[in-house]
Amino acid sequence: MTAANMLLDAAADAGYYALFGRSAGPQIRGGEAAALVRLSSEPVTSVDDTTEILLAIDWQNVHRFAAELPLDAKCVIITDPTQGDVPEVMAKSGARIVELPMKDLAKEIPGGRPNMIALGAICQLIGLPIDTVTEVLGKSLKKKRADAYEASVAAVKKGAEAAGSMGTTKRLPPVSDKPLRWSITGNEGAGLGAVRGGVTFCAAYPITPATEILEWLTGALPKIGGTFVQAEDELASINMCVGASFGGAPSITATSGPGLALMTEALGMSLASETPVVVVDVQRGGPSTGIPTKSEQSDLNIALYGMHGDAPHLVVAPNSIGDCIFTTQWAVNLAETLQAPCIVLSEQSLGQSRGIIPAPADVAFTGKRSIAQSPAEGETFKRYALTNTGVSPMPVPGTPGCQYTADGLEHTETGLPSSQAGDHFAQTDKRLRKLTGHEYGDHWATVEGEGELAVITWGSSTGAAREAVERARADGIKAKLISLRLLAPSRPEAMGKALAGVKKALVVEMSQTGQFHKYLRAEYDLPETQLLNRAGPLPFRPHEIHSRLLAMGGK
Amino acid sequence: MTECTAITYTAKDYKSEVKPVWCPGCGDYAVLSSITKAFADLNLEPHNTAVISGIGCSSRIPAYTNCYGFHTIHGRSLVVATGLKLARPDLTVLVAGGDGDGFSIGGNHFLHSCRRNVDMTYVVMDNRVYGMTKGQPSPTTEADWDASAMAPPGGTGLTPFNPLAIALSAGANFVARAFAGDPNGTAALIAEGIRHPGFSFIAVMSPCVTFREEQRDWKNVVRKTETAPATDASEAAKRLLQDDGYNIGVLYKGDRRSYKPVTGTGKTVADLDAQFAL
Repeated sequence: MTAANMLLDAAADAGYYALFGRSAGPQIRGGEAAALVRLSSEPVTSVDDTTEILLAIDWQNVHRFAAELPLDAKCVIITDPTQGDVPEVMAKSGARIVELPMKDLAKEIPGGRPNMIALGAICQLIGLPIDTVTEVLGKSLKKKRADAYEASVAAVKKGAEAAGSMGTTKRLPPVSDKPLRWSITGNEGAGLGAVRGGVTFCAAYPITPATEILEWLTGALPKIGGTFVQAEDELASINMCVGASFGGAPSITATSGPGLALMTEALGMSLASETPVVVVDVQRGGPSTGIPTKSEQSDLNIALYGMHGDAPHLVVAPNSIGDCIFTTQWAVNLAETLQAPCIVLSEQSLGQSRGIIPAPADVAFTGKRSIAQSPAEGETFKRYALTNTGVSPMPVPGTPGCQYTADGLEHTETGLPSSQAGDHFAQTDKRLRKLTGHEYGDHWATVEGEGELAVITWGSSTGAAREAVERARADGIKAKLISLRLLAPSRPEAMGKALAGVKKALVVEMSQTGQFHKYLRAEYDLPETQLLNRAGPLPFRPHEIHSRLLAMGGK
Repeated sequence: MTECTAITYTAKDYKSEVKPVWCPGCGDYAVLSSITKAFADLNLEPHNTAVISGIGCSSRIPAYTNCYGFHTIHGRSLVVATGLKLARPDLTVLVAGGDGDGFSIGGNHFLHSCRRNVDMTYVVMDNRVYGMTKGQPSPTTEADWDASAMAPPGGTGLTPFNPLAIALSAGANFVARAFAGDPNGTAALIAEGIRHPGFSFIAVMSPCVTFREEQRDWKNVVRKTETAPATDASEAAKRLLQDDGYNIGVLYKGDRRSYKPVTGTGKTVADLDAQFAL
């Protein structure tokens, strides 16, 4: 992991874009782990079809990752002969096997480590100047530990030298300029999006793979005058957020599937009492405890349908690491503007992956919470007034004359508990139309390209779908990408426009039961549609989607 | 906003016009009066006061006041109130509810609220029964109580929860017991709890004359504590061990600092961008 981080930093310094995912087992600390790095001169939002270079420092428990490391005859496997044979599952791919005695080479340098030999070898193979690596080493080590720095530089150089005789592999294209880029993970991005959206309060309970959002907000919120609390459980965290929001503070919590399940009752209270709150669910393999460290797109149903009663609310999903920033900011803005709960469906593969991404634009939304002012003398304040938009001004406690009781009970316009049919009709209608009548603009989806074929997808599957659509276009098949960012409420009109001229659509999702496909069929008029779906955690590779598009396009 | 500092509030100013759903003779009427009297005694501004509750008979209380209120969901009043108080330390926050709401479904939050010691006051109207759902035993119900068709013959056989002992051991900074039949005494205890920094817990014996007719006799058995509040937790614990459950008054007043999260170093959101830019 250290070596991969340095590789990423060096590539970033040299002007490249990158995607860095990791796959680790269930160990608490240390143990086997695989660093999956893709570098490019163009922005990257997906893994590639195969692994071009597989460098194994050792082969411990490699079976745990084998499925995540597709290989073919064009790949190069670099192995240390002292660490045993290349496992059969890898060797049978036909990949070229090259030996690099990393352990022994490291021993020749006092304080030398095999991972630095590996780093040097990789840089040499892909054509990343060794100077960029030694500079990165200098930044992280030189001041604190001069001896470690010297040893690492020597090891990197030795590794590069040894790789000189390995033959050629695919090399990075040269980059002439260095565009403005950020290095960020999706979870950090969600945290940043939250504060960009105006969040000043977060209560949360640790859970993999969402913990880094808490970690980032713990440090960031106090800096800007906000408050972070670690709650005793997810019931507490969501309810604290609702309480803080009632007090006037835009609030967020972050969790994963099991936590979202615990939070659904409070989300209903947020909805019924019209107290805005945002929950980021960084999805992992489910159901139950599932696979906490790996990705899946299978919390869609609970996010859409988890609440009891007729419960219109907001569900949004980022479709890249960078989009975690935008979508979370948008979620806060929507929740605040519409006084409703908003669930952000992120994913492990977005949240825990680091990207070198184009510097994101600073977005400003115009909507915000409508704040009630003290009523004129003799007038009664109506917290749940039946306005045209369905949004009624919400007071900040402390405002004289606007006292009301927020309630999960159905209520009248003034907020008094009511079990009367008329009040229920009026208030349920208000809570629905404020969402359906809102103008969401172009943000509802990422729509790219034109054609009679469309890939409809969401979340992390978008990156692979985008590459597949581009490849299909190169093959002469015109296809379009529609990646939904706003999952609820549905936008039939916008989808109708996006699907104009589309004759066939391919729905791509990482869910065994096709949750997204079923949702689309329930909410939208679709053309002839095929489904490409499976359970997590293996990400879709562009070629899987590309070959389906070729078949659908008659090639 | 403009404030007239000369306003003197009376208990009536904190009452709304909503008619309670409670049965005639319910102890909660008196507790509502005690709460509003305590607010008046402290001259709190109704718009700067929040009453937060969960679900149950007593949890209906916020709408009966003229303060900001939140009638939340079952068991979650304390955490909604915690979020509110942490985001808005300027408000006076009072949490109200019953024994089922606070000690059963909300038990974990009770523990952690005592431990967190956020500056707010928790009034539990304990009638040792689930009234709204018509008479099931609660965590404070006597082990042998079986007067309701909802209780197993011979009672649950379970030792009742001792809320004061738990509050004390979990770190509450103010622990008291009150009796609804003594509304002035209860008001004084609530006011003292609000004034005392940190988490104040006041267990009010509030008879349910519908499902626990025998609780009408409480007025004959309660007695005011003669001793001054303990300031030492072990002394308070000793008193609790000798307590028959009918002593009313302040048991314990601690001096733990109330919880305040770390805040404020004047950075802007734009400053946060810097750590990601290459």
